[in-house]
Amino acid sequence: MKQAQTKHQPKRYGMVIDLDKCTGCGACMVACFSENNVPFKEDETDKRLSITWMKVYKVTNGKKFPDTEVCYFPRPCQHCAGQHEGHSPCVSVCPATATDYGMETGIVSQIYTRCFGCRYCMGACPYHARYFNWWDPVWPKGMERYLSPNVSPRMRGIVEKCSFCYHRYQLARNKAYTEGRRTLKESEYQTACTQACPANAITFGDLNNPDHAVHQMAQPDLHHHYKPKNPHAFRLLERLGTNTKIYYVSSREWVRKAGDNYQVPLTTDSHGPENSGH
Amino acid sequence: MKLSRRCFLSLVAGGAAGTALSPLPWKLADDSSIWSQNWPWTPVPPDGEGTYTLSTCTLCPGGCGINVRKIDDRAIKIEGAKDHPLNDGGVCMLGLSGLQMLYGPTRIQTPLKRAGDRGQGQWKPISWEQAIGEVAQKLGDLRGLGKPQSLACIAAKDTGTVGRLLRRFMSAYGSPNFFRMPSVEDAYEAAIYITQGAIGSAGTDVNNADFILSFGSALLDGYGSPVRVFRANSRLKELNGTVVQVEPRLSNTAAKADKWLAVKPGSEADLALAMAHVIISNNAMNQTFIADQVEGFEAFARMVQEKYAPETAAGKTGLSVDVISEWAMKFASARRPLALYGKGKGQVPGSLKEALAVHALNALVGNINAEGGVWALPAYDYINWPDIETDSVAAAGLQTPRMDGAGTDKYPHARYLTHRIAAGAEGIEALLVAESNPCFSLPNVQAIRTAFEKIPFVVSFSSFMDETAMNADLILPNHTYLERYEDVPVTAGVTQPTVGLCRPVVEPLYKTRHLGDSILQIAKAMKGTVAGAFPWEDYESCLKLTLAGHWETLEEKGVITAAGYAPGGFETASGKFMLMNDDQGAVYMADDVATEGNGNEYPLVLIPYDSIRLASRYVGAAPFMIKTVSDAVIKGQDGYVEINPETAKTLGLADGQLATLTTPVGTAKVGIHYDEGIMPGVVAMPRGLGHTAYDRFLAGKGVNVNELIGFVEDPASGLDAAYGIGAKLA
Repeated sequence: MKQAQTKHQPKRYGMVIDLDKCTGCGACMVACFSENNVPFKEDETDKRLSITWMKVYKVTNGKKFPDTEVCYFPRPCQHCAGQHEGHSPCVSVCPATATDYGMETGIVSQIYTRCFGCRYCMGACPYHARYFNWWDPVWPKGMERYLSPNVSPRMRGIVEKCSFCYHRYQLARNKAYTEGRRTLKESEYQTACTQACPANAITFGDLNNPDHAVHQMAQPDLHHHYKPKNPHAFRLLERLGTNTKIYYVSSREWVRKAGDNYQVPLTTDSHGPENSGH
Repeated sequence: MKLSRRCFLSLVAGGAAGTALSPLPWKLADDSSIWSQNWPWTPVPPDGEGTYTLSTCTLCPGGCGINVRKIDDRAIKIEGAKDHPLNDGGVCMLGLSGLQMLYGPTRIQTPLKRAGDRGQGQWKPISWEQAIGEVAQKLGDLRGLGKPQSLACIAAKDTGTVGRLLRRFMSAYGSPNFFRMPSVEDAYEAAIYITQGAIGSAGTDVNNADFILSFGSALLDGYGSPVRVFRANSRLKELNGTVVQVEPRLSNTAAKADKWLAVKPGSEADLALAMAHVIISNNAMNQTFIADQVEGFEAFARMVQEKYAPETAAGKTGLSVDVISEWAMKFASARRPLALYGKGKGQVPGSLKEALAVHALNALVGNINAEGGVWALPAYDYINWPDIETDSVAAAGLQTPRMDGAGTDKYPHARYLTHRIAAGAEGIEALLVAESNPCFSLPNVQAIRTAFEKIPFVVSFSSFMDETAMNADLILPNHTYLERYEDVPVTAGVTQPTVGLCRPVVEPLYKTRHLGDSILQIAKAMKGTVAGAFPWEDYESCLKLTLAGHWETLEEKGVITAAGYAPGGFETASGKFMLMNDDQGAVYMADDVATEGNGNEYPLVLIPYDSIRLASRYVGAAPFMIKTVSDAVIKGQDGYVEINPETAKTLGLADGQLATLTTPVGTAKVGIHYDEGIMPGVVAMPRGLGHTAYDRFLAGKGVNVNELIGFVEDPASGLDAAYGIGAKLA
């Protein structure tokens, strides 16, 4: 895919999640459910079938009592850029152009009306961030009254995932445009999970903008596929070369290693082998 | 023409092949799938004008500010209120799920009268006039018989205008038997009163402490005002402060703490007093505070030196002497250390010895009524209603002793001993239940339900069809918190007096009525002095008159906080902090609180734990919350217990299998979940599961831990101090 030419520097919306602060409370998950009209079923204990755009994973260091440690990983869609901007694993395989890469925002979209449910994208996604609607969503009688008009409820047979609350971006942008502004303030566009997090563990903003907190926390290296320069920051499965926009920060070494344990044996060198996908 | 067999078969085969080759069946299949995908049951939420309404969440005692997004008259999203003094924009999962309760299928939509047997769920809708009339009639009859004391009332809280209206009703009626659901506030109130002479709640200044030593408090699972505590924890991470968690299992709080001290269940008081021993032996106390403001230090020091040496505590807690000494000294040498009392979210009052021991640690380091320490927060005093005139019936009823023995010479430190309601049920002729679910959340809940069966007349004011409403005779449904006005005075550990305003976000959806109005109308229908005690037209005018000058601020900002409040001196006779006196000596010398079912028959200890992903107080967890619960906790309908693999293997139990968990109180089928983060010999189960009422999203999932755990009375206070119970798994 050829990168679109734009007159100004595009945004690169991303997230930094402080795993030292994250308590695993799950408020981000429910904030997301209620913001995005995510459905629920009577039995949600088969987690492969449970639609959770944002999902909090629990990871342990595998040691015995009382040396056991636990860390929680909130996992939204990682909004991969890939080795070339827009070369996300899911975008590359979608035959319907139902998922696309926003060159202006770096956000990977999901267009429900185009999706015909082949689920190639689910196979391609290394983060299990995509979910298939095996059933039509059903709300108990009366409960459909809380549904938000900003996000379409999805019918069965299509795939859905985290959109970085794209409707909030649209609303904020419309507001700015009507006020004659072409840029958004950092606080004007925040995702529902960021806003709700009671521990202030999630920070959201433009990774390209040095004034934004996410840029300062992750310190993305523009010349090396935005790898974090902050030694405590890492991205999930970095060595796959997916070039994600979710950065995790942890002061614990085993947690940082657990975030990138894919296939290759772990080394103390924090830079994994370069992906040869160029 | 004769159709030969051969011809017939060729026709059939040819027809089948032709149909299959033609696009017709494929086209039809495609069309039907597209057609069925366009069935209109995927709703299209109507758009409209977007607005926000500022209110206060009352789903837990935390008192967070919420900002509810609306489209026309529909509430579509709950968000945390920015700049609120307690939660500043943050919000927990329970708070976020409120709309599923508002619009959910378990709402009670009209007053109901029981039609079948108790608990069968057969109801007859009745009018409000009839409902109020029947309650007034029944209660009037009891007064006529001269037995007003046989009316009891259970409520979630005794503060705020609604709590006070209920208490006022009981007083005017003539019954001393008002009960508040048990919580850690019962024990904290007693400890503050004994040591500081103050009547009020304990404020814990987590926001300014730099070292928090938590004795099992679920800081990250809903303790205190949950978001406030979360924020304090994150602040400590930024400032390199320290959190130490004392707990037998690796809870979320322990997992995120800087140090997890895994102690044997029930040994927390020993650890606290051994730490006091270390601090005193090393002369690491705050000498100025001890010298100027503490009474009884020498006696306290003698007591810990005689009875609570770290060597003794090491055996009891399972920690080494070195570890106890190291962390005691780190606590004492921190700039603003703070020790916290109250296990989990604080739903069990716990042992008074432990509460006093933890409070004594704070006194030793001199952080009582100081920044970053524990404050005595005086009781809210904005409600100033005229005194009640009682008639002779009420006066006689009020002279009778409380049926639970609270406040008597034997239990002077307890205001309510609500867990005893089952034992006293014989004397209860009528019971009012407001915003609480005793038939689910009191220990040994089977006994509570049996006791309820003996009570001839049970009235529930619940908004939801919970277990207690199921066992009632009449339901007078209250508005939910999103449909009503109410003042919310916060006590959950806050250091600045804070009153939030809960206000109607949407018009009441159903034929429900404000609890305050129900009380006023019942009282008015009873006439005489009972009616005379309630001079207000309706609840809203009562609230506005009561709040008087504060009303406008509350309407505008949603919350009033006395920023800059600082506690004064101690209110004891000597004006000093009472570290030791005869009262406390007896408490410290008393035996430990034992669990039921010790010994060979019950080799394990079952402990309940609290999760912020489950609601275990008045309301049940919403579908969104249950959706986030791990499959290591519920799978299908089965609830799983945490057990150390080592223990499970000695019992021959495989990971994921089902087993029978038996305690002296009950038996349940549970799943086995291997967890390295729990002490061997201990089994843990979350509170808030095993509902029998509510909807299909909640009912029947997992086991109610209150069916397996009974209460154990603290010898000093009489409060429930059970931290667990002996158990066996097979």
